Amino acid sequence: MTRSVGPGLAIAIGVLVAGLLLAFTVGRYPVSLADLFAVLLAKATGHSADVAPAIQSVVLQVRGPRVLAAALVGAALAVAGTAFQGLFRNPLVSPDILGASSGAALGAVTGIFFSLSVLAIQAFAFAGGLLAVAAVYVVGSVVSARDPILVLVLTGVVVGALLGAGVGLVKYLADPYNQLPAMTFWLLGSLASVNVSDLLPLFGLVALGTAVLIALRWRMNVMSLPEEEARSLGVATGPLRIAIVAAATLTTSASVATAGIIGWVGLVVPHLARSLVGPDFARLLPTAAILGGGYLLVIDTLARTAAEVEIPLGILTAVVGTPFFIWLLTSMQRTWS
Amino acid sequence: MNIEGRDLAIGYPDRTVGRGLDVALSTGEVLALLGPNGSGKTTLLKTLLGLLRPKAGEVRLGDKPLSDYSIRERARVIAYVPQVHIGTFAFTVEAVVQMGRTAHGNLFSRPSARDRAVAQSALERFGIAALANRPYTMISGGERQLVLLARALAQEPKFIVLDEPTASLDFGNQGKVMNEIRDLAKSGHGVLFTTHDPNHALRAADRAYLLREGTRIADGPVAAVLNREQLEALYHTTVERLTDPDSRAVAFLPG
Repeated sequence: MTRSVGPGLAIAIGVLVAGLLLAFTVGRYPVSLADLFAVLLAKATGHSADVAPAIQSVVLQVRGPRVLAAALVGAALAVAGTAFQGLFRNPLVSPDILGASSGAALGAVTGIFFSLSVLAIQAFAFAGGLLAVAAVYVVGSVVSARDPILVLVLTGVVVGALLGAGVGLVKYLADPYNQLPAMTFWLLGSLASVNVSDLLPLFGLVALGTAVLIALRWRMNVMSLPEEEARSLGVATGPLRIAIVAAATLTTSASVATAGIIGWVGLVVPHLARSLVGPDFARLLPTAAILGGGYLLVIDTLARTAAEVEIPLGILTAVVGTPFFIWLLTSMQRTWS
Repeated sequence: MNIEGRDLAIGYPDRTVGRGLDVALSTGEVLALLGPNGSGKTTLLKTLLGLLRPKAGEVRLGDKPLSDYSIRERARVIAYVPQVHIGTFAFTVEAVVQMGRTAHGNLFSRPSARDRAVAQSALERFGIAALANRPYTMISGGERQLVLLARALAQEPKFIVLDEPTASLDFGNQGKVMNEIRDLAKSGHGVLFTTHDPNHALRAADRAYLLREGTRIADGPVAAVLNREQLEALYHTTVERLTDPDSRAVAFLPG
């Protein structure tokens, strides 16, 4: 049962390309493939395209930023999920295991509560995610234990629950006509309000976190062994764990700050990627990133087009993700049992 | 070269498991660690590996305290073969053995051509090269034990420490692993293993170290230490001694 990289990676790239084409062409204003290529080619070469200005504006101004953001957010969540599943030696782990999402949620609803600007709300969400994970890590390290991983997970669950209570409190106190809908919308996740200006910081943070994880790919393989084994193989597990958690939290918080809370991507995509190229992080991380981008593009296109009103992403990923995950559980148990 | 524990107190932050333990292992010799469940065998093992800090006393490796070595330096001298486990992810056998090369690379490196060659020759030595591309999760328990032995060998260590290497193996594989342990000593490794079967110690070890309730009750050549009286005192049970009339080989039966 050897797995070669080629076909698996090709499938992932195929999903990404299909997702990109779908996301650019499908919608209230359908764009033909020919027009899409003409507009993109013109943009790349600096010439003017022989396409109606309305189509150009749909491709470049309306869908462009959203498409790029969807690909980046999907990639970020998938990479973070892959890293956390390896680190916690558990395939049921998702990027919010250490409270990044709950922290970001509390940051965002607090920002909305104080009627801050969009940028400030994003900054609050990002900082909330980082602070929550840092708090979990500090609390987890203070508790001296034989199984640091277990303590970390339990601390994450407890702190996540506390932050959830905080979110509930802020929603309870919020103005029910203006602030509460905004909070609800944010908590369900959406890419509808993505701006061009969001893209650069998002890309920078996701690229940084992913680059760190890819650089550590071999050590991450060893880190997926039991703690004492990894140490006896020469890996300083403590410092390395901090680096991996920091990198994965960076990508998670950046994507949550941009798109709100989108579950399931970070749980399901790593499984798919693992079934395509196996568990070696050198292949797994890039494959998961590409596949995650493609997956969220498809989901986001559905969110825009499936109904008269836009469906929140968090709801759609759950509706698609749940049956998919159950199928995965029944059909793929052997690869990680 | 030597691993040496001097007047060790071993245990966990909240609990001391053993006291006043002196233990030494040289390259080229096999030491078997015997004792009832809960006697502190695994704790002593982990202390000698540097995975647990001694509560008193000192572990020395060569002419330096073990604590002076970095985790990476240590892994190039001492290898650890844990009890066979299945693992969470389906790494190939080859990848698992190459993980033994981790301490020879830096933080960002992947196994080099030389690392892959060392891993390959470790696979060949234990006769499992044909399994190289199989997932580690889908081979038998006996094969997994050999894979973990190959991984330890790929570390190119001076010492190999095994925690109950025969615990989950069938009769034939137990014999195979005992033979491999002897061969490792012949090729100059110092080997320390724990076992619940005194016959395995007789078969594979030069010396036996008997541990009861965290106290050493004997340490010496297997022929001298492993006798009926010592084993009855060690396990608090009656023991029968059998001798093969032809080969003069000795075995013990409990109960």
